[in-house]
Amino acid sequence: MGKKRGAPPEVNAGSMADIAFLLLIFFLVTTTIGVDQGINRLLPRYEENPPVPPINERNILTVLVNKDNQLLVEEKLVDLKDLRQTAIDFLENNGKGTCTYCNGKKDPNSSDGPDDAVISLNNDGQTTYETYIAVQNELVAAYNFLRDRECKKRYGMTFTEMEYIYNDPASKATEGLVEDLEPKVKKIQELFPMRLSEAEPKK
Amino acid sequence: MSKFKKKNTEGTPAISTASLPDIVFMLLFFFMTATTMKDTDLKIENTLPKANQTAKLHKKEYVMYIYAGKPSERYRATLGGSDRIQLADKMASPADIRNFIITERAQRNSEDEKYLTASLKIDRNVKMGLVSAIKLELRKIEQLKVNYTTAKGNPVE
Repeated sequence: MGKKRGAPPEVNAGSMADIAFLLLIFFLVTTTIGVDQGINRLLPRYEENPPVPPINERNILTVLVNKDNQLLVEEKLVDLKDLRQTAIDFLENNGKGTCTYCNGKKDPNSSDGPDDAVISLNNDGQTTYETYIAVQNELVAAYNFLRDRECKKRYGMTFTEMEYIYNDPASKATEGLVEDLEPKVKKIQELFPMRLSEAEPKK
Repeated sequence: MSKFKKKNTEGTPAISTASLPDIVFMLLFFFMTATTMKDTDLKIENTLPKANQTAKLHKKEYVMYIYAGKPSERYRATLGGSDRIQLADKMASPADIRNFIITERAQRNSEDEKYLTASLKIDRNVKMGLVSAIKLELRKIEQLKVNYTTAKGNPVE
């Protein structure tokens, strides 16, 4: 008794480290280092004088973004909201009637089939990048919608997932995975080929 | 021993250091949560546009970054107010992209080259004229895999 008088009793700090580690582990688990996301595109090879393939007028969907960031589809002012559906309708229109997996309206004045349909995107040099990405996003969404639908029907997995696994360098480690996916990915890409042509912006 | 032991009057009692680890760990956590990993010091504004049809980028080893945007406030006096490209730590013109990609490719082993993707981190207010110049350079050097890196969100609003 007498010995301890004067100094306050010591708090047991033995468990302090445990509590601190618990918190440390909690934060370690919950913190995620931001993973970059974005729209993947494959640019066309550069050619001095690109050949102009003969494409029928009805097989081209002209999307033009002017310097005021307004959207013109086939020379008509269109709201960005409606672009996705417009593109889907155009891509699976199936005017020739040869596409068995399309649900299109078979409008003779729109595209013959997904094989022939081309979306031509034109920008002005003054268009902002934000609008450009919004338009790209909607057009990619149209292709993704059609590809996912078809891929789900055939292989029970969305195309977006399948393509990610296929392109992931880490998939090389699993024996036969890439080889198994390759024909499937190629098949879907063949059914709905992404024909998104971009013209050089006018200065 | 004695019943009348003198009170300890010389010197103050030692301060308990038991709470010191708490304080230290609290600081540690604060910095842990507040820190964001950044490997390049950006001299430009870089608010990415929104998109939702995105794919995740693969491992960092397979990605090279090209930034573009308006110089940020503190660099505006020296760099001007028009849209610029930044490669690694340097400001650059479209013509420099060629050399940048050659050096980036040289740093990787040739097996990984086909996975190499150019991540375009471009500010949402950049005009398409500059973006097209970047794309043209990329096409000339056959760096065809690109990723328009975006923020999560719905662009249609």
